[in-house]
Amino acid sequence: MSPLNQLLKPNTYKSGPDAAGRFGGFGGRYVAETLMPLILEVEAAYAKAKADPTFDEEWRRLLKDYVGRPSPLWFAERVTEHGRAKAEPGKGAKVYFKRDELNHTGAHKINAVLGQILLAKRMGKKRIIAETGAGQHGVATATACALFNLPCTVFMGATDVERQQPNVFRMKLLGAEVVAVTSGAATLKDAMNEALRHWVANVEDTYYCIGTVAGPHPYPMMVRDFQSIIGAETRTQMQEAEGRLPDLLVAAIGGGSNAMGLFYPFLDDPSVQMHGVEAGGHGIETVTGHAASLTGGRPGVLHGNRTYLLQDEFGQILEGHSISAGLDYPGVGPEHAWLHELGRVQYVNATDKEALEAFQLCSRLEGIIPALEPAHALAHVLKVAPTLPAETLIVMNMCGRGDKDIFTVAGHLGVKL
Amino acid sequence: MNQPRSQGRIAARFAALKAEGRGALIPFLEAYDPDPATSMAILRGMPGAGADLIEIGVPFTDPMADGPIIQLAGQRGLKAGATLAGTLAMVRDFRAEDDATPVILMGYLNPILSYGAERFITDAAASGVDGLIVVDMPPEEAEVLAPGAMAAGLDIIRLVAPTTDEARLPLVLNASSGFVYYVAITGITGTRSADPEALRAAIPRIRAHTDLPIAIGFGVRTPEQAGFAAKVADGAVVASALIDTLAKSLDEQGRAKPDSVRKVLDQVRELAAAVRG
Ligand SMILES: Cc1ncc(COP(=O)(O)O)c(C=O)c1O
Repeated sequence: MSPLNQLLKPNTYKSGPDAAGRFGGFGGRYVAETLMPLILEVEAAYAKAKADPTFDEEWRRLLKDYVGRPSPLWFAERVTEHGRAKAEPGKGAKVYFKRDELNHTGAHKINAVLGQILLAKRMGKKRIIAETGAGQHGVATATACALFNLPCTVFMGATDVERQQPNVFRMKLLGAEVVAVTSGAATLKDAMNEALRHWVANVEDTYYCIGTVAGPHPYPMMVRDFQSIIGAETRTQMQEAEGRLPDLLVAAIGGGSNAMGLFYPFLDDPSVQMHGVEAGGHGIETVTGHAASLTGGRPGVLHGNRTYLLQDEFGQILEGHSISAGLDYPGVGPEHAWLHELGRVQYVNATDKEALEAFQLCSRLEGIIPALEPAHALAHVLKVAPTLPAETLIVMNMCGRGDKDIFTVAGHLGVKL
Repeated sequence: MNQPRSQGRIAARFAALKAEGRGALIPFLEAYDPDPATSMAILRGMPGAGADLIEIGVPFTDPMADGPIIQLAGQRGLKAGATLAGTLAMVRDFRAEDDATPVILMGYLNPILSYGAERFITDAAASGVDGLIVVDMPPEEAEVLAPGAMAAGLDIIRLVAPTTDEARLPLVLNASSGFVYYVAITGITGTRSADPEALRAAIPRIRAHTDLPIAIGFGVRTPEQAGFAAKVADGAVVASALIDTLAKSLDEQGRAKPDSVRKVLDQVRELAAAVRG
């Protein structure tokens, strides 16, 4: 086991993954032989596309004219004041939101979807499949497939189909087929299992568009590369706004794609601290009551990569719980597992209750109804901002808007819509 | 072409069958499905019903390469308390009365990592396991388990798929021992039937790269298909069809009925007759 657990401090935190798709001892390609040729094909195609400037040009054109990038960097003055009101004199960090909730389709997911759909086109694939939990990645994929006239099938746990009806309807309006997955626990992890199974049986014409920095190599790298547009823009925008780098980056972690996207371009800037906020659910001391894989799990292998997982003592995968359907995945992207072990990023958590409070506070203070996922990030910001010097610059990734969540939140607040 | 030939029960059994001039029947059962006693009775009864080698599935919550039939078998097994340790205990009990029939465990990597790879190798070898099929452990990721397992005399049996191309075949085959498991369909277990013409073309393609026996699985359901697979290759693995029979024999609460074991073993007998044809 020793090669897996090697922990040498690298010269750069941006070198991963290696040729085998590993970030230190994490990542890799733990898939059945039936899938192996497929992921090798995706890897080769992605390497070729990356080397071709016209691929990047086309992707950036779509981001600008279709998605509406760059997304603004917003100085959240009232949230900042709110923190300062509770802080000692001289304390209370300055809070900025990176506003990816303004993207077309309402979340960061579209950034990586468009990259992957362009890749699928280049590979000559004729249809697209995707997994989805909350439905945001499914909606983004269905959207891109409508734009590019590709048939789209989205796998979604039957439990999630029930609790995310508006997004199910959106996907159907966009022309996608939604398959309710009843296997296993009928949630996001099972949707991903089912998408992988479907892919194996439809090798010739199908591309699997994964929604986060998980899955077998090259997906964690590829999705990170596409999402890094978030951090790259933030760098430039903060330079313009404050003439320097931010001090602390905060992002919610489901699989970890919006967080990797914000963090990655800053990994080699030692002055920039980073906090990834996992879903604390009912509290991480309650078994199966949370989805904090890094804080409450241990390393194992699932969905093609080695990473931190929620699992029992026998290595059976446990269900995560979060108020946010986009965060209750029992794993986390392997690059986060690596950054966690190296100590480069601190992983913390926020509970359902804290997220719900932050959700409401943000709506009233900033006029921004956040998705429940970034509401977790905001809950953490609200905890740390008052403890930091007033000149500290925090950037929080506002990675999605809350339209999809109003029914859930209303339910928790006892309001009948 | 120079894979180390293992000298254990698997090699001995295939050599004996070759001398007999026939292929192997390799039936599959899922550990603890639907309860430990029933699955133990099926395991015990299989050699007498004509099993030449036996594959035991180790239940996992997320069986990526399996169709609904084996998924549900795994869920029943887990509900009945299946663990890797419990599965090894089944093999130990089986070995007390059968020292010749090779037993192969088929499962996924995470329960093994959780058990501890080294401890698992030691315990599996001591329990009388002969080979391992770890579905989500391609040659590229085998270092955690394969060298130690092979050193302990456990064969690492690898899947070769219709999508495994010429460039990949040697890599996969050189990392294999015991026998080669040819996945007859592009898909998951229990969903399609193997196409005889495709098999006739595929098996020689693999033979050109290896001396190991080749068994065909995923999509072998009927006695006719098993008979054909055992002829065109060296063995036929039948899993979903047997589990289907077991599942259909259960009562509404998913419990075994008095004839559950017999129904499965009768089907093994029919398959064995066809393989011996
Ligand atoms: C708005 C939003 N944020 C975050 C996530 C979690 O995913 P990730 O951690 O990959 O960003 C989701 C997933 O559905 C989402 O919709």
